[in-house]
Amino acid sequence: MEKILEIKNLDKRYSGVHAVKDCSFTLEKGNIYGLLGPNGSGKSTMLGMVLNVINPSSGSFEWFDGKVSSHDALKRIGAIIESPNFYPQMSAVKNLQLVCKIKEIDESNIDNIIEQVHLTKFKHYPFANYSLGMKQRLAIASALLNKPEILILDEPTNGLDPQGIHDIRKLITDIAKGGTTILLASHLLDEVEKICDHLIVLRSGQMIYEGKVDEIFTNHGCIEVIVNADNTKLNELFTGYDGVNSFEQTSENNYKLELNKEINTADFNSYMFKNGIALSGFIYKKEKLEEQFLKLLKN
Amino acid sequence: MLRLLNIELFKIKNSKASKVLIIMYFALLSMVALLSVIKFDIGPIQFHLAKQGIYNFPYIWHFNTYMASILKIFLLLVVVSLMISEYTNRTLKQNLIDGLSKKELILSKFYTIVLLSLASTVFIFVMSLILGLVYSDYNELSIIVTDLEFILAYFIKHVAFLTLGLFLAVLIRKSAFALGAFIVLSIVEGIFTAILRWSLKLENWDTISQFFPINSMANLIVQPIQRLDAVKTLSKQAGIDTAYDYGVGPLNVIVVIAWTSLFVYFSYKILKRRDL
Repeated sequence: MEKILEIKNLDKRYSGVHAVKDCSFTLEKGNIYGLLGPNGSGKSTMLGMVLNVINPSSGSFEWFDGKVSSHDALKRIGAIIESPNFYPQMSAVKNLQLVCKIKEIDESNIDNIIEQVHLTKFKHYPFANYSLGMKQRLAIASALLNKPEILILDEPTNGLDPQGIHDIRKLITDIAKGGTTILLASHLLDEVEKICDHLIVLRSGQMIYEGKVDEIFTNHGCIEVIVNADNTKLNELFTGYDGVNSFEQTSENNYKLELNKEINTADFNSYMFKNGIALSGFIYKKEKLEEQFLKLLKN
Repeated sequence: MLRLLNIELFKIKNSKASKVLIIMYFALLSMVALLSVIKFDIGPIQFHLAKQGIYNFPYIWHFNTYMASILKIFLLLVVVSLMISEYTNRTLKQNLIDGLSKKELILSKFYTIVLLSLASTVFIFVMSLILGLVYSDYNELSIIVTDLEFILAYFIKHVAFLTLGLFLAVLIRKSAFALGAFIVLSIVEGIFTAILRWSLKLENWDTISQFFPINSMANLIVQPIQRLDAVKTLSKQAGIDTAYDYGVGPLNVIVVIAWTSLFVYFSYKILKRRDL
């Protein structure tokens, strides 16, 4: 798969603080990466380094297989770092025109992009008069102007109200569906779980996990079933089903099955039925990323 | 180069404060021409400034460039406020993320400085030429083209002065402090010159002080008043020797260009080393 970004032993020390510790990972085309970590874990520093605004203390990174210089690569990238930064006296259109001049791209796409982020009505208002949600949407518009090969979003829903969060999340999901590679740094694990397929987890500047979202789960939740049947038969069926790790009887007709991989509930139901067992109740409790993330940080 | 200039001019065009300062600057620059209408006619006292020789070729080049140089503070405010607002609005960071390199960023500011200085130089050249052609007692081509080096010195002086402003803005990141640093630098140079002259009692103190940045810029176009016929006559009557070297010295030009290059280089180095 084509490499978009390769980070090798990237390290950053500020006076007295080791912000990023010897991190190495690769982003591949078409994937959606979540960059997770608590406050101060080095997410923004890491992004700042690959976006040329923070100088690494050591290590290196390479955009697009090293075929272009890092600042030329940035013209092929769309990025939002922390708060949206624009010229306050300029309108949305003027600010985007300036971005086009910097990125050396045609300005004809500006109106479409503004429409995409629902700012058409306010496109001639000065940026200083925008609400935080509008500023954030303009930032996304700016990042999308050059039809980027990778979109880097650092806390894109920071400070937004629930409606704003919903709008931005939908926008990101739509972009992701279009096949754009995304690197999303966020505190909102629910958001990351819904959108991302790969995870990079940082703790105190150190990378503690890198891999697929599915693989971070040490267990895949459980099924609670209510069934009135012979215990020996149930024991045989439960242990014979691929994905069930263990089970216990919680009360008279209630059983809790621990899973070691994700299962299809319809398949499980039909498996039991074919073997002569009719389930009277069925609850599939999937473990959330949040629980896994907290476990990972504790370890 | 044109791309970088285009980016920076777009920022100026959309900055009200910069536009107002530039318009004010050129309006005030035109005031030099208005000196020509100063006229007193009170009984026996008749005075018409334009008839005192200030618009005579080649003196006009020296007089006008010296007077107009005083106004360059307006351009300094434009350059400093543009750079500082990039820090305060964090647009500097965004420009880098959008694909401008730190080198391009400094170059875009420097090209703007060169353009503003060039515009000011062309303006003062054209205005002086017109005033001279109207009021000068001597209009021979050979006299008109004499002392034109003052125009070149005016340009170099402006570029150097504004580049120092850029350097201080990059270094200090606060408008008021950057402008204050100018005053501090002038005072420090004055103190050093005083030490050389009176404390160390060096005979060639001015040979050393001519290398100081602000002093070297000031020395490019020295005051033209002593060249006025009226001043010469009065001084002669008072027995004061008014002879002085008012020319644009080649060493001075080299020193100022060297400082300009250092200001641009260190602006880039500071920005490159700094995390934004």
